[in-house]
Amino acid sequence: MSVIEAVREAMHEEMARDDRVFVMGEDIGARGGVFLATDGFVEAFGEERVIDTPLAESSIAGIAVGAAMNGMRPIAEIEFADFIWPTFNQIVGEAARARYGSEGTVGVPMVLRAPYGGGVRGGLYHSQSPEAYFAHTPGLKVVAPATPYDTKGLLKSAVRDEDPVVFLEHKRTYRLVRGEVPDGEYTLPIGAADVKVEGEDISVVTYGLMLHLCLEAARDLEDEGVSVEVLDLRTLRPLDSEAILETARKTGKVLIVHEDTKAVGIGGEVAAIVAEDAFEYLDAPIMRLAGPEVPAMPFSPLQEAMFMPDTERIAEAMLELARY
Amino acid sequence: MRIELPHVGESVTEGVIGKWLKQIGDSVEKYDPLVEVVTDKVNMEVPAPATGTLTGILVEEGATVPMGEAIAEMDVEGGEDEGTAEAPNTTSDDRGAPEAQAPDSDGQAKADRVGTLLRDVAPVGPTGSGGPISTGAGMVASRGGRYSPAVLRLAEQHDVDLSQVTGTGISGRVTRKDVQSYIDSRESEPTVTEDSERVPLTPVRRIIAENMVKSATTIPEAWTLVEADVTGLVGLRERTKADFARREGVDLTYLAFVVKVVAEALKEHRMVNSSWDGDAIILKKRVNVGVAVAAPGGLVVPVIHDADRLSVAGLARAIDDLAARARGGKLGLGDVQGGTFTINNTGALGSVVGKAIINPPEAAILNTESIVKRPVVVGDAIAIRSIMNLCLTFDHRILDGAEASAFIADVKRRLEAIDPELSV
Repeated sequence: MSVIEAVREAMHEEMARDDRVFVMGEDIGARGGVFLATDGFVEAFGEERVIDTPLAESSIAGIAVGAAMNGMRPIAEIEFADFIWPTFNQIVGEAARARYGSEGTVGVPMVLRAPYGGGVRGGLYHSQSPEAYFAHTPGLKVVAPATPYDTKGLLKSAVRDEDPVVFLEHKRTYRLVRGEVPDGEYTLPIGAADVKVEGEDISVVTYGLMLHLCLEAARDLEDEGVSVEVLDLRTLRPLDSEAILETARKTGKVLIVHEDTKAVGIGGEVAAIVAEDAFEYLDAPIMRLAGPEVPAMPFSPLQEAMFMPDTERIAEAMLELARY
Repeated sequence: MRIELPHVGESVTEGVIGKWLKQIGDSVEKYDPLVEVVTDKVNMEVPAPATGTLTGILVEEGATVPMGEAIAEMDVEGGEDEGTAEAPNTTSDDRGAPEAQAPDSDGQAKADRVGTLLRDVAPVGPTGSGGPISTGAGMVASRGGRYSPAVLRLAEQHDVDLSQVTGTGISGRVTRKDVQSYIDSRESEPTVTEDSERVPLTPVRRIIAENMVKSATTIPEAWTLVEADVTGLVGLRERTKADFARREGVDLTYLAFVVKVVAEALKEHRMVNSSWDGDAIILKKRVNVGVAVAAPGGLVVPVIHDADRLSVAGLARAIDDLAARARGGKLGLGDVQGGTFTINNTGALGSVVGKAIINPPEAAILNTESIVKRPVVVGDAIAIRSIMNLCLTFDHRILDGAEASAFIADVKRRLEAIDPELSV
């Protein structure tokens, strides 16, 4: 099963299971969504539960917040994460604070889904990684899975969560990554990272598309006698500190890889957790490999390739850390 | 002026301070030996960089000191030489550690490398990756007694003296793994009871042990054995050895012939004359053959540089000279560095089959076993022939069985082709 099929199946199952669940977004009805995440949904669930919205992201988010406050379980799709900014006020300013501001009486059980990330020649408006902005906000959960299994299990948990979840799907993984998904019902806990490969020499902490490049680089380094442990964060808020600390203490050497730009990114937070609580176990400086300090993913293929960490550069960084 | 432990070659990162030959207050002439230092299997002496008076000894005998660290202080006669004291060692003055360049209290740049090897007059060729010691760039670990939190924590928990731990990280940094393997090796030491005696390691023993562990744990070794019919070689040696000894003043040994044919074969099989460098294989242009010698302090492997350019007679002389100096403890660093291949003449010990451990960073090591007369089928008859076993241990990362076998078959072919009527 591909990642996009996992998304579709998770939503389909949740809508069949719970009448309160509905989907809304641009082109998701008859068109089935730009990535076909809701292909066939309007036929299966009708126009009242599969709502085509105008090109107005602030209202998509706002309607979802209101519906959620009133007992519904909306899944709102932002066509590309690059257009998520108009939802910022609704999500960060309202949804994240509702439970806190109402002394626990009003929750916002909604999911804001958005395809993000580059490597698809999407240029400035179809390639960005917005996770750091949302992950900064207490009251939100931010999920960024990388495999079909994780995507399906986590999306179902997100739908069932009593509070708002920003669910980021790396669009390059949609059809690139395939994997086994068990038959039947399952969910995965939000907030739990997953060791994708165990290793002894260095730890690599990553998420999203970069997970797959890190796994590839780790396999390459195996031939050189370097044993790499790869931790997939899966959830960016709350971060799984225990899993991060466990792998850091095990190897004493931590490399963080993400596609989003480096400064004030997720990597900075992971590094801080390690420095605060695993300092005495560190045997090397914490390293980060991330996108450059450039405002957006460029369009030119050469520049796009420069922006995205690739397997070769990841392997180089791994080797440098292993040899330290 | 401060006197530092000189950098003497790649792969040597520290030395053990031996006997101080001068004491505080002694006046010294430039080039007077000040202290004995044991590094990488040989002893060297650090000479005075200038004429003056020794005013301070900073490191006790027996302590392990990283290259470049200050070990003594002296007042220079006249006091003017300080900024210009020239390192007599012409081979390492471009390898100075950056910290040595810090200005002293007078604002002058300190002397560059001071001290050198008295016995090591030949330039020390690069080993391993083939360049000078790198002292900067990239993710360089800090030196001078700084350790990572993990290293310090582990050392404290297990009461480890970190100066005793050899570093394998960048620039010889002590890594957490280094400390762990030190602890593991220490814990595996047998407990001393009344029935046993604990013999402290000599520096040479410790360095041998570390090299062997490094070899055994990092190199995936494979092993192969061929028999060589050296009846022709035996005949040649028997016929000419008396004459040769009279003429050349040294014994004509089988080893000289073996080194000769191995050096020739290494020129043909360049992959065997190489070393592993992580993401590349370094092919060596020079053929420097090391010969294992049992010396009183332990095994040493003096190197015959450019063995491919020497005749059998030249090789016999070189082997005789190196072996004598090895036994006398008179080898310089240049004599043991730069090896590209090692021959282990276990035949001299009576062995007929053996497996040697590769001498890092080389790609292979050859055991030459005892020459034994054996009944052998030649054509349809049984003949008595002189047979020598050749055992090759090789790094399987670099060489596959096919290449290793081709090399050893070539050595065999060349040995068997030696004509007893040849003149030496």
